[in-house]
Amino acid sequence: MQRRHPFSIGTSILSILVILGLAVMIYRFVNGLGAISNLSDGRPWGLWISFDLYCGVALAAGGFTLAGAVYIFRLEKYHPVVRPAILTAFLGYTLVILALLVDLGQPWYIWHIIINWNVHSPLFEVGMCVMTYTVVLALEFSPAVFEGLNRSNLPVVRDINWRVPWGVIRAIQIPLVIAGVVLSTLHQSSLGSMLLMMPTTLHALWYSPILPILFLVSAIAVGPAMVIFESTLSNRVFGHRLETDILSGLAKIVPYILGLFLLLKFFELMAVGEIGLIFTAYPYNLLWWGEIIIGSVLPIILFSIPDIRQSRKGVFWTSVLVIMGLIFNRFNVSMLALGMRPGYVYFPHWMEFAISIGLVADALLVVWLAYRFLPIIQHEEMAEVKA
Amino acid sequence: MTVAVLFDANRCIGCRGCQVACKQWNENDEAIPTEENGVDSKNLGSNENPPRLSAHTWTRIRFTELEYNGKFHWVFTKVQCMHCEHPACVAACPVGALTKTAEGPVIYDDNKCFGCRYCMVACPFGIPSFEWEDPLPWIRKCTFCMERLNEGLEPSCVKTCPTNALELGEREELIQKARERIAKAPDKYVDHIYGEKEVGGTSWLYLSPVPFKELGFPELDSEPVTVDAERAMGAVAPVLLGVAATMAGIYWLCKRREKISQDKSTKKETLK
Ligand code: SF4
Ligand code: SF4
Repeated sequence: MQRRHPFSIGTSILSILVILGLAVMIYRFVNGLGAISNLSDGRPWGLWISFDLYCGVALAAGGFTLAGAVYIFRLEKYHPVVRPAILTAFLGYTLVILALLVDLGQPWYIWHIIINWNVHSPLFEVGMCVMTYTVVLALEFSPAVFEGLNRSNLPVVRDINWRVPWGVIRAIQIPLVIAGVVLSTLHQSSLGSMLLMMPTTLHALWYSPILPILFLVSAIAVGPAMVIFESTLSNRVFGHRLETDILSGLAKIVPYILGLFLLLKFFELMAVGEIGLIFTAYPYNLLWWGEIIIGSVLPIILFSIPDIRQSRKGVFWTSVLVIMGLIFNRFNVSMLALGMRPGYVYFPHWMEFAISIGLVADALLVVWLAYRFLPIIQHEEMAEVKA
Repeated sequence: MTVAVLFDANRCIGCRGCQVACKQWNENDEAIPTEENGVDSKNLGSNENPPRLSAHTWTRIRFTELEYNGKFHWVFTKVQCMHCEHPACVAACPVGALTKTAEGPVIYDDNKCFGCRYCMVACPFGIPSFEWEDPLPWIRKCTFCMERLNEGLEPSCVKTCPTNALELGEREELIQKARERIAKAPDKYVDHIYGEKEVGGTSWLYLSPVPFKELGFPELDSEPVTVDAERAMGAVAPVLLGVAATMAGIYWLCKRREKISQDKSTKKETLK
């Protein structure tokens, strides 16, 4: 209970942000999207799509990359970070869905996507995969909940044998993880396919038939970076300590994936003969260089230096660069480099920010609760009991 | 056999009868454009009004003043959904609320849409509009007056046009007609039927005395904008199966290797 004190300021700020976001949401459903946003016919997708959907889904990639690494490639070393990664992924996807419920004109018809299929639409695929994958993530995380319930002393809860559902999920764990990897591959790349519909409005520096592949590769690269980022922070707040070995192991993989991403980007531009644009297409080339240097070049260099990989600070801040670069990239493709109809301007309304920030605050509160009440880091207890 | 409309900028006199007819037939009243009514009524330096398409304005006449070949031109062009042959909006819509009918028009179904606005982002002509001020918003755009076509009537705008600048007809025949018109008066027309080839062809076709670029028409390839997305979506099923199989295979291999190394270590122990 003592550790609660320094947190009360944090939690109350978070709660205020959550309440503000909720208030704006209510206002939106009464008065329409025009009342709380600067979205227009000229810019129909704005902050929510760029940040909550495009960045949100990519930043939640730690879930499937780590689950895949540990359960499929059997890299047992990373076991301690799997659960936090799956939890944040689950929360990330929940946020994406909540944000879409605000962004959709008529969210109460969201089930239309389940009965009216347009299999040619990349957005259909994204929608279906996001929904299914959220369920998969919930199942992947559920053992932690069952373990928590198993330990609890609440009157009715304590009498239920939580080991039964726990055992069921454990038995189908591998198929679940494979399903997670498949669904993630599909929708991470489909977010790129969505932009393929805009060859005339997306700037040539970014438009490319291989956008789906670029999206998938960059998501895989940011997965470990996100895991480093969030486990470092949660370690600070909750006082657990992760082995440096795990962090530097993760850090070692990232440059390879980022390198692949860079190569693909350059070769694609060369193949279509548009490489010159990186010097001539002012001001867009500045955005392009910004994204490349922050998100790929610097991290590749830094993560390749053993001293940096051995230092917690070095690993953390380099991961921050990877994450910032990814956010930069997703904003570029879905907003800054995407042409508007003539005669329109767009900068997000403060209420658009309030919604996005409120949702992030939501997630942080849930993370905080989960770390307090569920076995997130040490979680082999039930297995031992059983064995 | 698909229907199309041919617009001839040399015949249009900018009366905006089509604009009014569209609003009347589709019951699209709009507040009188004043600041008090919350409508942006800036004078944009020409006679055109309203300044842009919206959920209540599905068509409008654009006024362009320009000098071309040393001559002054005042050109009026009609803007509305082009009813593409390979519509990006239809390919984009996740719930199939937009469809390309066999007759040609691209129509929209309120009962399916949930307001994601992908159609608006995807349309290469920047056409679909959204009811931003409505708590129950829908997409709105030109319907080609499908319900009138079904009754054997011309679209409202075509019916109204006093100078025959708008003509309804069969697409191929209209293209033929347009070619003849250009051939007959090559000094009056640029040699380009806008919409014949653009993004794989559209059901609205345009003739003009000046290059279309000068009139604010987007310059587009003859390749439909949907091809890359189509190819990517075609890969979905193979990728799904491929990734699933690969993951299962890798799992099996890694598990086996683990087991072998375990066996080895136990063997060693027994030997000792
Ligand atoms: S002009 Fe735009 S809205 Fe009209 S059919 Fe073509 S893509 Fe669809
Ligand atoms: S806004 Fe409606 S019509 Fe447009 S793509 Fe989305 S669901 Fe389809």
